[in-house]
Amino acid sequence: MLSIRDLSLEIAGTPILHGVSLDVAPGKVFGLVGESGSGKSMTALSVMRLLPQGARLRGRVSLGGTELTALDERQMCAVRGARVAMIFQEPMTALNPLRTIGEQVAETLVVHGAAPRGEAMRIAREKLDRVGLAADRFDLGRYPFELSGGQRQRVCIAMAIALRPAILIADEPTTALDVTTQAQILALLESLVREEGMGLMLITHDLAVVAGMADEVAVMREGRIVERGPTETLFRTRRHPYTRALLAASSHVPKRAALRSAGAPPVLEVEGAVRDYPLGRGAVFGARGHFRAVDGVSLAVGRGESVGLVGESGCGKSTLARAILGLEPLQVGAIRLEGAPVDAARGVPGALRAKMQVVFQDPFGSFNPRHRVARLVAEPFHLVGRPPDWRDRVAEALQAVGLKPADMEKFPHEFSGGQRQRIAIARAIVIRPRLVILDEAVSALDVSIRAQILELLADLQGRFGLSYLFISHDLAVVRAITDRVLVMRAGRIVEEGPTEAVFAAPRHGYTRQLLAATPRIPEDWLAEETRHGA
Amino acid sequence: MRRLPVQMTLGAALSAVFVLAALVSFVWTPYGVEGLAIARRMAPPSLAHPLGTDHFGRDILSMLMVGARTSIAVAIVAVGIGMGLGVPLGLLAAANRGGLIDEIVMRGNDLIFAFPSLVIAILITAIAGPSAFNAILAIGIFNTPVFARVARGGALSLWTLDYILAARVAGKGRLRISLEHILPNILNLLIVQGTIQFSLGILAEAGLSYVGLGAQPPTPSWGRMLAESQTMVSLSPHIAIFPGLAIVLMVLGLNLLGDGLRDWTDPRLRRAR
Repeated sequence: MLSIRDLSLEIAGTPILHGVSLDVAPGKVFGLVGESGSGKSMTALSVMRLLPQGARLRGRVSLGGTELTALDERQMCAVRGARVAMIFQEPMTALNPLRTIGEQVAETLVVHGAAPRGEAMRIAREKLDRVGLAADRFDLGRYPFELSGGQRQRVCIAMAIALRPAILIADEPTTALDVTTQAQILALLESLVREEGMGLMLITHDLAVVAGMADEVAVMREGRIVERGPTETLFRTRRHPYTRALLAASSHVPKRAALRSAGAPPVLEVEGAVRDYPLGRGAVFGARGHFRAVDGVSLAVGRGESVGLVGESGCGKSTLARAILGLEPLQVGAIRLEGAPVDAARGVPGALRAKMQVVFQDPFGSFNPRHRVARLVAEPFHLVGRPPDWRDRVAEALQAVGLKPADMEKFPHEFSGGQRQRIAIARAIVIRPRLVILDEAVSALDVSIRAQILELLADLQGRFGLSYLFISHDLAVVRAITDRVLVMRAGRIVEEGPTEAVFAAPRHGYTRQLLAATPRIPEDWLAEETRHGA
Repeated sequence: MRRLPVQMTLGAALSAVFVLAALVSFVWTPYGVEGLAIARRMAPPSLAHPLGTDHFGRDILSMLMVGARTSIAVAIVAVGIGMGLGVPLGLLAAANRGGLIDEIVMRGNDLIFAFPSLVIAILITAIAGPSAFNAILAIGIFNTPVFARVARGGALSLWTLDYILAARVAGKGRLRISLEHILPNILNLLIVQGTIQFSLGILAEAGLSYVGLGAQPPTPSWGRMLAESQTMVSLSPHIAIFPGLAIVLMVLGLNLLGDGLRDWTDPRLRRAR
């Protein structure tokens, strides 16, 4: 149906794609996987011809016999949305906030002259029903802000399928969603492909997602397709070394020293923590409501122990992290760090704060862009007073995370995402804290970088006797690096136990649901490698 | 080095011409601006007087050069007062966002915004007497809420970033975070706003002088030159045209410079071009 041959792309003289060839067949799912910057999104945008200025495209893109590269911009407009449609990663920004969902789905039909407005609204209703937004709860007159992320992504899908396109391109359609929502959206996409005979090009960084969905897979790296084939065969044989490396990295479990000191008092104790946020008043004299973000949470982290805290977005895990860090007061309950109370309302003494540090998710927002690395990493010294040998200590911390002391004089924008996360870790360990809170610290990283950072974290834990509170929505990562795990839902801990035990035999229904929704590569596909000794 | 946008180069050049003229006027002007020469009054532009002479026979080019000094001095001090008061207030409001102090500062701003600036300027000069100094004071006060809003707006979006959270984890207080992390990162916003307020300051000074509340004679001022010439527009239009043109070109130059600076410092707008 969609056939790409020898597609090459240059943007302002920089080569982006080199001789990409692939086919998407009707009723089939074609998975395109690769790390960030591999050119997978650019391949999709080349098909749509939605390229930035200064782009030069060579090669052929044909769709059901039409040569798309030969069409001019006006003819392309007729193709976009009607014969090839696209779904993007971020459902929160993909919809116009000022227009109703009905209008937005109908717009595709009206723009292409497929139906007059009244008729278009009727079809919009039909399509919203098809994507699982039933009329009784999701009226055409509802606005995007009234919907959750998953529901918005369904609206985007309804818009994309409104004109029954032959090809649907989904660029990381579930990356911004929680695992349970992801499972539902993937199931919806799969049913559209199987039942309506659409061809789906599924672009993702997540190998497990394509393993479960795609009929055929292509692995991209640096603008080239390095390996391509039927999904199961590709996963089993892994002919190209990059495919092997990618698969190994995605299931990487770092070696961790058994440093557990049994019987020692815990580093961190949280007892019955409650955090309320006041809501706005319904009426001028109405009572103020409360939103309980953290609802009676108790936990303990032992010395040298890694504790995972998993849960979906909005479950209160980041609020709990901020409370532990003494940045937000608790309404009820207590937090103790090595026995000393952490109370944000009364102020936390510097010496106590110095025992805990944090690493955030976003390697780009974590640093003041105007400061040099030396100053950024030295920031926690503010708590204990800057020692005379602070530059040596910073250099030492940088070396501990695998960077060079010479990097001290650079600015954060001179580093890649993975390197910045190393700087963030250096900043966290420079004053030798007892506890490091890792708030989605590896979620924004590519799998191969993620494996390196997990390895680094395990290594630092052994060397400095750190305790980790590892907050994540990614169950695979939590399984790889933690000793114990807590499952959080709607502000409460619903299950707690040794990581392996919880993952092997979850007791709570919600944990089972989370595990079932997590996409996984079938284990016998991977086991092949050891038999062949490849 | 990034390429400078055309409009910014043009704006910078126009502004530079006037600043240069003002600086040169300290040491040299073609003619003195205080001596009257009734014999050659209202002469049209000629080689001896490139822009002609006014109703007292004074050289208009020399008058404009010295007048630029007044305008620029008033605008600099007014922007200085606005920044000096407004930026700390804006940072303070942002550091206490959602709190009582934020509310007080911002409602105080609204209050100043709600008064017509000319009326207040008239009030100040009515009490303290008309002078360039009082004009500066009035313009400066009305610049304050503008800078407070810009500073607060820029600071609010920064306060949500992870590096601010990291600084809080490092035990830094609001004051220190505001000075160390917030202020340097909103500086470009403030510079751009400063340029725009600078041009508005020149316009305001011209307006106040025009109604007789600004610089007093014999200090030359573009606004007063315009006011004095208006009865003679039909006789010798050049007396009114040149000061008017000076005001328009200087304000235009500064606005272009401000717009250009904003585009140049905003990476999103830069890429769109």
